[in-house]
Amino acid sequence: MLSEIGVRSLDELFDRQIPAAVRLQRPLDLPAGMAEQDVYEHLRALAARNTSAEDEISFLGAGMYDHYVPAVVDMLMERSEFLTPYTPYQPEISQGGLQVMFEYQTAISELTALPVSNASVYEGPSAVAAAAYLAKLANGKPKVVVSRGVHPHARAALRTLAAGYGHEVVEVGLRDGVTDAAAWAGAIDQDTGAVIFQQPNFLGAVEDAAALAAAAKDSPAVVVGSYDPIPLGILKPPGEVGVDVAVGEGQSLGNRLDFGGPSFGYFAATDAYLRRMPGRIAGETHDVDGKRGFVLTLQTREQHIRREKATSNICTAQALNALAGVVYLTWLGRHGLVELGELLLQRTHYAREALTAVDGVEALHEQPVVREFALRLDAPVDRVIARCQDAGINPGFAIGREYDEYPDGLLVALTERRSKEHIDRLADILGAAVAAERHSAGVSA
Amino acid sequence: MADASYPDDLLYHPEHDWARLDGDTATFGITWFAQDALGEVVFVDPPEVGTRVTMGEPYAEVESVKAVSDVIAPLSGEIVEVNTGLADKPEAINEDPYGEGWLVRVKLSDDGERDGLLDAAGYTATLS
Repeated sequence: MLSEIGVRSLDELFDRQIPAAVRLQRPLDLPAGMAEQDVYEHLRALAARNTSAEDEISFLGAGMYDHYVPAVVDMLMERSEFLTPYTPYQPEISQGGLQVMFEYQTAISELTALPVSNASVYEGPSAVAAAAYLAKLANGKPKVVVSRGVHPHARAALRTLAAGYGHEVVEVGLRDGVTDAAAWAGAIDQDTGAVIFQQPNFLGAVEDAAALAAAAKDSPAVVVGSYDPIPLGILKPPGEVGVDVAVGEGQSLGNRLDFGGPSFGYFAATDAYLRRMPGRIAGETHDVDGKRGFVLTLQTREQHIRREKATSNICTAQALNALAGVVYLTWLGRHGLVELGELLLQRTHYAREALTAVDGVEALHEQPVVREFALRLDAPVDRVIARCQDAGINPGFAIGREYDEYPDGLLVALTERRSKEHIDRLADILGAAVAAERHSAGVSA
Repeated sequence: MADASYPDDLLYHPEHDWARLDGDTATFGITWFAQDALGEVVFVDPPEVGTRVTMGEPYAEVESVKAVSDVIAPLSGEIVEVNTGLADKPEAINEDPYGEGWLVRVKLSDDGERDGLLDAAGYTATLS
């Protein structure tokens, strides 16, 4: 081929095309090659440095939760018919795949009490950003108001996308652990295209969702709620409190932590926003013989038809992860989801009482909580966490990593995998760790 | 679906839009050619009353089973009425594009603009 284009060597090709001044005149600074067997050993050694959630008692949550995943989820996910999550461009050939999407959408719709759901998006944060973009398409207003109770990663994704399509992002702070109601109402005006809160918020506090939604009633804003789906067995669903668009992280539904992904995001809305929704939507229909069948519907919203005016440029749903979600919800059932919510509520309150009784530990806020709560430690949080982990227990997330206003905050999450004995052990170990840190601070001072 | 027709009492914009003048207001819609090219119309996303529209710029969207298209304003002005009947019966655009399928009524802001539009014969000539 080189001779065909009239150069003698690869170097000559580069010499003639790329100015010498911009070329790296030395080899890349990389280690020498390794034999396959050595690479295997090297990667194994690297992997061994991770601590899996299975290897410690973890109270770490902050958006991703260590719920038990039943075997039926893996069994169905590993079927080869489902393992290719891409929706084909002639999708009707995959009736089983479309039926799964349809069943998933139905489950999300029932869970959120909103009439329309898409077939899922990448994950929670991009679902939040996509909801703001939906508002931009729907009303064209220049501003989005977002509570600081929304997950920091979701706010970061929102800022990234908003900078591109042109939304000013205004953050409203927290007061006593929940969105500051007066500042929230004050930030909403006739230029506000969307308002976004999270339920429960990042600090685990249950927001007064109906009041936050009502505050936007006289504005053009689309009301967006980012909901943890697990507590929806015991909390009022978004569709019943004035939320127009409900989104959220789907990981807790049948997906393991898996080092942070992949997971899926869910996206549900009122009928008014049906044609502004991103992503794919499966619909039910009848074939020429009157038999039940499934199609991808409303595709004129999508990028392969609508080009630059598409409602999103993500047509790949996280179908395999969403399959895990609908299998998990089906496995739990209506009553199971309520029972799970009640169990988490009880354990969370037991844990909050047990931990706030520890010397040097107090509640960061007194708001109602359902599966996660925030503490203040009278000792350096990162060092306390390290001491606990040395004792085989992960006490939670250092809130100061994301919130300058809570440098002493620790966020503690519960799943059904954490027993009363685990909680009692956490109280002992956390107490010892805080005491040790206070002691060493006292000694050094 | 009705047969091809381009009434003589209308003015036409080459982007396949028509205007029916009535004093200082006008009614807008899309032509028989436009609805035929789109196919079965399933949804209309109208502007709000009070919105200002500019000749040659999009002011609404029409969705058919195969595409979504911008609708171009043939003249400039302010929307004073929207055909809300299309919400329940978007197919009126196919069945009666110059009657029941009208889109908006506009209070015109520039008398001179209408000279830039085509008559039925001029518009029909652009289609061949």
